[in-house]
Amino acid sequence: MTRRGRLAAWAVGLAALIALPFVYRDPYHLHILVLILIWSFAYTSWSMMGRFGLVSLGHGGFMGIGAYVTALLWNHLGLSPWIGIPVSMVAAGALALVVGYPCFRFRITGHYFVLVTLALSGIVLQVITATRDYTGGSLGYTPNRASANKLLALQFDDKTAWYLIALAVWLAGLVVWHWIDRSMSRCALEAISEDEDAAAAAGVDVTAEKLKITLISALMTALAGAIYCQYQMFITPDTVSGIAVSLQMVFAAIVGGLFVSLGPTVGAIITILLAETLRIGFGTKAVGWDNLVYGVLLVLFIIFLPKGILGSVLDRLKPQRKVSSSS
Amino acid sequence: MQAFLDIFDIYLLEAVINGILLGGVLALLALGLNLIFGVIDVTWICYAELVMIGMYAMYFMVQYYGISYFIAAPFTILLVAILGALLHYLVIAPLLTAPPINQLLATGGVLFVLQSFATVAFGIDFRNLGIRLPVLAFGDMNFSYARLLSFVAALVGMVAVYLFMTRTFTGTAIRAISQDRQIMALMGVDTKRIYIITSALGGALAGLAACLLVLQYDVHPFVGLSFGPITFLICVLGGLGNFIGGFIAAFVFAEIISLGGLFSDLEWGYVLAFAFFIVMMFIRPAGLLARRR
Repeated sequence: MTRRGRLAAWAVGLAALIALPFVYRDPYHLHILVLILIWSFAYTSWSMMGRFGLVSLGHGGFMGIGAYVTALLWNHLGLSPWIGIPVSMVAAGALALVVGYPCFRFRITGHYFVLVTLALSGIVLQVITATRDYTGGSLGYTPNRASANKLLALQFDDKTAWYLIALAVWLAGLVVWHWIDRSMSRCALEAISEDEDAAAAAGVDVTAEKLKITLISALMTALAGAIYCQYQMFITPDTVSGIAVSLQMVFAAIVGGLFVSLGPTVGAIITILLAETLRIGFGTKAVGWDNLVYGVLLVLFIIFLPKGILGSVLDRLKPQRKVSSSS
Repeated sequence: MQAFLDIFDIYLLEAVINGILLGGVLALLALGLNLIFGVIDVTWICYAELVMIGMYAMYFMVQYYGISYFIAAPFTILLVAILGALLHYLVIAPLLTAPPINQLLATGGVLFVLQSFATVAFGIDFRNLGIRLPVLAFGDMNFSYARLLSFVAALVGMVAVYLFMTRTFTGTAIRAISQDRQIMALMGVDTKRIYIITSALGGALAGLAACLLVLQYDVHPFVGLSFGPITFLICVLGGLGNFIGGFIAAFVFAEIISLGGLFSDLEWGYVLAFAFFIVMMFIRPAGLLARRR
């Protein structure tokens, strides 16, 4: 496909996505679409790091910070989410730097990096649970309903508004992905993921490059958490933070394919549709079935299709592109 | 003031000793995981879920079929050992040459499978064995008998593994493989067989831990999440694959949790332990006992 053709395809697809809620108004389906878009954004944020071999299980922590800081500022200080969301993103970013800098400086990689970040999401989960006087603990937390100014409180009853917000955020995530994809950082990070010492010897500032991508990824994940909180108006430590959420991100990104920009989105579509279908098909009997299918799929994918669905399909379609991109 | 200090000290001592008792079980869990890591170079993220399955096995054998606890325990250990071997055979073996991250994530998938299997099969109710062991009063301090028992059993288990590793041919082969994977195959050791045996042994340790934990905690499908992460952190803190390091780290961690919980909620004990872990990672990235390179 030529460059112009691809741009045209993107433009048509985007126009169709924007027009959708004005034509099709089924609230349930719109709700599913909003969830897919928000989670796609979160999974895309995770893949920013994951594609370079920086497998983090701490993103549940960043997402939890995004959701809880925004909601806490609104409820306790009356600070509008318009300010609260940037504050929460800064908080998550600061945490990412505090943990990331020593990690990268002291060459904590592979298993060790995964487990340090696992501890990070564990800490966030436990802090949220332990400060139950403010956060409601494991019972969950609800931002106060705004009485007058809905826009100031970033609370909308209309699904269409949320759909458009989620679409914009998701699109922004893809733009950031492409921006990184075309930057020098991408080459640097790919070199680092192949061989850190060789990359450092070739003049790549390993710590700075890793820190940059971690910061971007953490900021975006916090934003995803905040948007999720504002949309659902109810958060619990288990749905927005902790190890289960981190694993869910890893799973969706891998199933979709974490090396292509739309891979995490495909992962989100598959996982959410699977969960919803099982929930509707089996009702309350389905508790646990969705995760059972996820788990089996995850294992099978890692063994047989490590590039994910979309990645493998693209590879199959364009064998010659694979050669040019790897050179 | 003096009276206040007296009471405080008793609580402190009680917390310290409870920490040691907790450390025993954590050390046992860490030993199993370390064994797998040291020999096969794979992290079983789902290790705590194997323990959870073992706890359910104990629960059903004792509660439903009325088998005595001490007869049910060996069966549970055997069952989890078989699960461990199966896990290796079905999931790890095809991925042995894959990047380590993929192996880790595949066991993460197994974690989902086991957790949701338990949810589907047993429901999300909290169940307990219904055995209430007496509480041991010593001076003004109270210790649960169950904790003491698990501490002793954990020690016995660890000594048994130590003897197996040092005194038998298979144990020696396992240690040799953990030192050099490639050469041992050339020396005529069947690495596949050793891997399966190691996995089964790791599973058996998880089974033993399950038998002990079921005395103290209720079983539910997510029980693994409450001590799984702690186990990994202990192994990393001790240096992955380093048995003695893991042993020491287990007690350090248990004391932090126990003492932290004394001053505030139990969650803050965990927060402290996690924070301690992250700080230690930066001071000694290769574990407590690592030699400086």
